[in-house]
Amino acid sequence: MSIPSPWLLSELAAGAIGVLLMLSALGSLIARRPLGSRLIYGACTLVCGALTATALAALLGPSPHPAMLQLPVGLPLDHTLIGFDRLSAAFVLIVNLATAIVSGYAIGYGVHAREPRRVVPFYPAFVAGMNLVLLAQDAFSFLIGWEFMSLASWALVVSDHTSAENRRAALVYLIMATGGALTLLFGFGLLAGSAGGYTFDEIRRAAPAGVGPLVLVLALVGTGSKAGLVPLHAWLPLAHPAAPSHVSALMSGVMTKVAVYGFVRIVFDLAGAPAWWWSLPVLLVAAVTTLLGVLYALMEHDLKRLLAYHTVENIGIIFIGLGLALAFEATGLKSAAALSLTAAIFHVFNHSLFKSLLFLGSGAVLHATGERDMEQLGGLIHRMPVTAVTFLAGCIAISALPPFNGFVSEWLTFQAILLSPQLPQWVPRLLVPAVGATLACSAALAATCFVKAFGISFLGRARSTNASTAHETDGFSQGAMLLLACACLAAGLLPGYVIDALAPVTQLLLGTRLAVQSAQPWLRIVPIDPARSAYDGALVAVMIVVAAATTALVVRRFASHALRRSAPWDCGFPDASTATQYTAGSFAQPIRRVFGSAVFRARERVTMPEPGDSSPARLEVDVHDTLWETLYVPVVRLVDAVTERVNRMQFLTIRSYLTLVFAALVLLLVIVGGWR
Amino acid sequence: MRTGWPTQLAQLILVLGLAPLLTGVTRKVRARLLRRRGASVVQPYRDLLKLIRKEVVVAENASWLFRAAPYVIFATTWVAAALVPTFATGLPLGAAADLIVIVALLGTARFMLALAGLDVGTSFGGIGSSREMMFASLAEPAMLMAVFTLSLFAGSTELSSISAFMLGPRAGLSISVALALVALIIVALGENARIPVDNPATHLELTMVHEAMILEYSGRHLAVIEAAAFVKLLLYLSLIACVFVPWGTAVAGAGLFGYALGLGLYAGKLALLGFLLSVFETAIAKMRVFRVPEFLGVALMLGLLGTMLLFVSRAPH
Repeated sequence: MSIPSPWLLSELAAGAIGVLLMLSALGSLIARRPLGSRLIYGACTLVCGALTATALAALLGPSPHPAMLQLPVGLPLDHTLIGFDRLSAAFVLIVNLATAIVSGYAIGYGVHAREPRRVVPFYPAFVAGMNLVLLAQDAFSFLIGWEFMSLASWALVVSDHTSAENRRAALVYLIMATGGALTLLFGFGLLAGSAGGYTFDEIRRAAPAGVGPLVLVLALVGTGSKAGLVPLHAWLPLAHPAAPSHVSALMSGVMTKVAVYGFVRIVFDLAGAPAWWWSLPVLLVAAVTTLLGVLYALMEHDLKRLLAYHTVENIGIIFIGLGLALAFEATGLKSAAALSLTAAIFHVFNHSLFKSLLFLGSGAVLHATGERDMEQLGGLIHRMPVTAVTFLAGCIAISALPPFNGFVSEWLTFQAILLSPQLPQWVPRLLVPAVGATLACSAALAATCFVKAFGISFLGRARSTNASTAHETDGFSQGAMLLLACACLAAGLLPGYVIDALAPVTQLLLGTRLAVQSAQPWLRIVPIDPARSAYDGALVAVMIVVAAATTALVVRRFASHALRRSAPWDCGFPDASTATQYTAGSFAQPIRRVFGSAVFRARERVTMPEPGDSSPARLEVDVHDTLWETLYVPVVRLVDAVTERVNRMQFLTIRSYLTLVFAALVLLLVIVGGWR
Repeated sequence: MRTGWPTQLAQLILVLGLAPLLTGVTRKVRARLLRRRGASVVQPYRDLLKLIRKEVVVAENASWLFRAAPYVIFATTWVAAALVPTFATGLPLGAAADLIVIVALLGTARFMLALAGLDVGTSFGGIGSSREMMFASLAEPAMLMAVFTLSLFAGSTELSSISAFMLGPRAGLSISVALALVALIIVALGENARIPVDNPATHLELTMVHEAMILEYSGRHLAVIEAAAFVKLLLYLSLIACVFVPWGTAVAGAGLFGYALGLGLYAGKLALLGFLLSVFETAIAKMRVFRVPEFLGVALMLGLLGTMLLFVSRAPH
């Protein structure tokens, strides 16, 4: 098979974006019929599948130089450049693989939308926007794609506009997205400098000196607000769950990755050589994000909001990897930097798979029961077997447990942390072990969180009629979830191939790569040195399977085969009421007591009736979103107060207006005079 | 490498065969210290046989997960135990998985156990799962920090390399390693449901954690889960022996005498650690549940302190 030329690949990608935009237009015409929406989603699956293949060819193809395609649209004095370099190719691959499968899910799931015309046309536009960001090779196309992505996803968030909660979510999202885009605009403006070359090539060649630190901060704020870095995460748990579930999967599993791409592109590629202390804000924010993300998720009993908070945690893990890569690169430890960056992008890939899977599962549950609140679910493993198995796979993967994929990227991050005593500076050497402890804590807390998510929703007894009458979801949705679950397992069993596929990216950004992993014996991965550390996912999985099978066979051969079904034992006091089961709230109570009193100012108050009094005892729990209350509420109050003041100017007399105009004029003249 | 495979196979069977005996010995010592006669040291084997021959009673609403979980728990624990060098290093499977993987494999087992506790939908199962996961959310990072300390000290996360380094001339006494040892012991107490964290012999439901999760299990399922618990205790003691008292462990190509010596010394080390465990357990009272996070938090802080000290003391290359 011959690899197509880079020109052809870039043309194909541009064509795919065009087709997606046309699908968007077509969608507004035919969305009303179920067949129409199926057609649009099916076409999206095909286009994204084609883009995945194209990106794979671009990533692994022989030519390291990107082929730029100059489009005849755009601003008059500027070029609109589109094309693949290795970084774009890797992210286009990750984004479109997940999007293709999610679109396949939507063929079945999308017809349940209450108002399809508010969803179907915006879906391809959203996908097109994300791809434009990734393929753009100049700042203007990047920002146009970014805004396109934000607005299309905003429209999808507000698609169910009848609920006030969703409208509020959309408003918060719009404000955060606008702020993020504005900071990115400033960032690119600084990079282009007064000479004003906005293509990435020109920026790389002639970025003004000394703007690096400011660009880093702007990139961290701009892309962090989209990705969900604390404290800019506030919109994620509002907006991601508000959208239809397949869109939630894209927003949480995929769009946050586009934001990570933005950060990598700006900081690693465009902003020039980093200084060692650039890593400090990144690591600090990432560690806080990781820990708070998972703690927030543990306090949450709404399945989709829990997943959205978990995205915050995973973004933190990714940025830990990126921060380590910055620290290593700045001090010339190239191979350690390559390891950290590989770990981060591997986690990007993993998270796009398992977070999409989990959101699709929650969508299936939402459709089957009409419930997002875990306290109303339970026992779904009996009525939704396929959803349950795939959701379980996603839970194991996201909890970083072997042999699934989440563990591999976390293991690589740990290996990178263990290399950091080589750093010559004191501050990162004190910071990195603390970051490592945070990462270890959050991994264990994530497992707790997903025992809760799966155990309360799918196991136990049904807590409501809706849950007890649930039904399995349709074939397209089941197929998509199975595919994602298999992808999670495959990436966990054969991590060496993923690492090798990411090698061109580290080669492009850092000028070095990890050793070829597919040459290792037994599908093993060896990041640095076999005497130092190695992991063999496939062998571990085989060992577990063989051990389990041997045990089962031996037990089957020698044990009694008698099995009797009876009422639960429960120490002799089984209670027929499903309310006596453990709930999500009671499951999280120990964690709330241990971690929550400091972070969420959680207080419990038990009111016991007097002896002889037959009124019920009460337990009241008080949990605060401290970040929202300390950071956002004051800002909202300030804006309110200022607008209140400004509003008064609407009701002045004509004399006051004339005075004001005159005063403004004098003031301006004084300023201009002073300037001269 | 070729001599590795018989060793590996021997170890796979050895950990399985010795685990109930170790539990039997700790129970016996404990009983003697309490001035009871105690059951024979082979009682755990008899218990397993008895359970295996019994009928299984499964709750009506239990799912497939409830019946599959014991095998997954046992298999992951067994694999993890087979990766820790016991009487000989240079295990061929050891190169497939380092210490972090061993911690994570135990995490997988715990994940399945906690889910199994929630499957039937009883309040005792839930209380056990919830508390187990709360303990784990401190014990697992504490263990990882101890692992970090050892890895930084020895320059490797592979157990064979760490063990070899500890035997070598460059390993001196180090505060960090001592801190890691204390952290590891605390974690081992917590993770194996020992006093002061949990009481393996209790019959009062509200004080149980591990036992509450497996309350619905019976017959062969219970036997498999019990066996997994025995293997887990052996794993932790082997780990401590392998890293902190590595003397006498046979290296690859040590000859028959070397292996025999390694085996004998390993049995001795296990017996000694099991004895110390029993002495410690009889000397201390069980804690209230919400004291345990503080106890495990100490382990986490010690582990972190050990790592920090190494980060600061190591001169950059």
